[in-house]
Amino acid sequence: MLKLKEISKVFYPGTVNEKMAIDDLNFSIKKGEVVSVVGSNGSGKTTLFNLISGTFPLTSGQIILDGKQVTNIPEYKRAFTIGRIFQDPTLGTAANMSIEDNLITASKKGMKGLRISLNNERREEFKTLLLPIGLQDRLKDNVGLLSGGQRQALTLLMTVMSKPKMILLDEHTAALDPRNAQIVMELTRKYITENKLTAMMVTHNMKAAIEFGNRLIMMDEGQIILDLSGKEKKSLTVEKLVALFKDIKKKEFASDEGLLNA
Amino acid sequence: MIEGIFVDGMIFSIMVIGILISFRILDFADLTCDGSFATGAAVAVMCIVNGGSIFLSLILAFLAGVAAGAVTAVIHNRFKIPGLLAGILTMTMLYSINLRILGNKANVNLLGVKNFYSEASVSFGSLNGPWPAFFSTLIILLIVKILIDVFFRTDLGLAIGALGSNEQMIISYGMNPSTLKIIGIGLSNGLIALSGGLFSQYQGFADANLGTGMVVQGLAAIMIGEFLFSSNRISLITLRVILGGIIYKALMFYGRKYGSNIGLTANDFKLLTGILVIVSLAIAKSRDAVSSNGAKRKAMARSKVRKEQEVSEC
Repeated sequence: MLKLKEISKVFYPGTVNEKMAIDDLNFSIKKGEVVSVVGSNGSGKTTLFNLISGTFPLTSGQIILDGKQVTNIPEYKRAFTIGRIFQDPTLGTAANMSIEDNLITASKKGMKGLRISLNNERREEFKTLLLPIGLQDRLKDNVGLLSGGQRQALTLLMTVMSKPKMILLDEHTAALDPRNAQIVMELTRKYITENKLTAMMVTHNMKAAIEFGNRLIMMDEGQIILDLSGKEKKSLTVEKLVALFKDIKKKEFASDEGLLNA
Repeated sequence: MIEGIFVDGMIFSIMVIGILISFRILDFADLTCDGSFATGAAVAVMCIVNGGSIFLSLILAFLAGVAAGAVTAVIHNRFKIPGLLAGILTMTMLYSINLRILGNKANVNLLGVKNFYSEASVSFGSLNGPWPAFFSTLIILLIVKILIDVFFRTDLGLAIGALGSNEQMIISYGMNPSTLKIIGIGLSNGLIALSGGLFSQYQGFADANLGTGMVVQGLAAIMIGEFLFSSNRISLITLRVILGGIIYKALMFYGRKYGSNIGLTANDFKLLTGILVIVSLAIAKSRDAVSSNGAKRKAMARSKVRKEQEVSEC
């Protein structure tokens, strides 16, 4: 599904601020794999997602997505294959448009024409889709009126509607309270299973990372330092994961332990 | 004379709808307007003077505006220049181009040449005075309003609306934001130039300086409209823009009529328009404050009632 070949990303090259964000990273993910990505702040998780979706260009290396070379393909074209959900609930929806207008815009990827697709038939369809997130009676309300949890659930629904082959979840529950985070997580699982999606999810919640999906990678200083799948992944516990992390890095992470708590 | 205000206001509100598209719907502070309004006027007048049909003159004015808007959008997209600067660049370049269109003259008049309004008087022969101008402008305005209302309900129109609200969302759903900006800013300036084309025929001349200060006047009209009622439906938004445009023109008319009593001249109106925009912004802010104060009072009243209930229950 996705293959990253020797990719690197250097920010501000040639200045005092030069920073190696991704360092000669190799990674591939098969169709249907669901990967959780962990790592401390600044380890390159979000940069990795930005490179995969094409927000900014690579410094070196190649990206092959769904069998196609996409290294120099702009973000909006890669978006046909990739659906991405951000930590910030405001990035996924248009706040000053109604829910139905948001849904119709998301219902199909690609440039839009001069057709009016929104009709009562579609509205009924949307109501059914909105039932699990409890927004079925609010089609005409502006999205700006929704809570962060509702917006994130709507974003998730819209992303799935647009039928990507792969979804990238960038700490998409981090801005929500525990209850809403759980609801959105449940929906995420449901949609991934129902649509047999390939997925990558960044999280700081170790417990969620262990429970989610069938593979786990850990990043540090722009590299993947741990890659577990199958049985190893199944038998993982939070203590084991933290121990593994310490073991690999062979140093005490007084500060990082705080970030990596369950 | 009241019909004169309406004709003036209706021509003006076609331009304000254009400004609405760039400033409000696309959230793109586009100053091309000051140039493209005069471009529309120049193109329409030169088309008629050189024997083109009136219908053609309006179409060409619209297309010239679309081209001007597209230039701004391309400068903005290609060179990653902020929209504000891209608009100023196009506006400045248009000043020279407008003079070229007018054959290197600062203004060209339509004296004795058949134009939209002289023909309107003929077509609406049974009416007299300013009414033919009133009805013919109303027809054009209604056509524009209905087309814009329909456009912003199509999938493409909705995508342009979403772009103004959240560019990342457009990218996420596989659309090129640059293309949408060209369409949106093009349409916006097309309407502005169409308004310029009508205006020049109503006034009977085109002038290279016609567009100066149009953006601020348009914003004033949009803000006046926003005081009337609030809605997220495009048909009501365009309606309130039209009403705002007419009210603005009426204010200016009566300002001119009675302003002389207190020593105001036509030269002061740009200053007054600017002050009107600032006052509108201030009122909008204080209205927010008033409504949140109201909410605070209600919340305090509720908690007082609750406390009293608790006391009585004890």
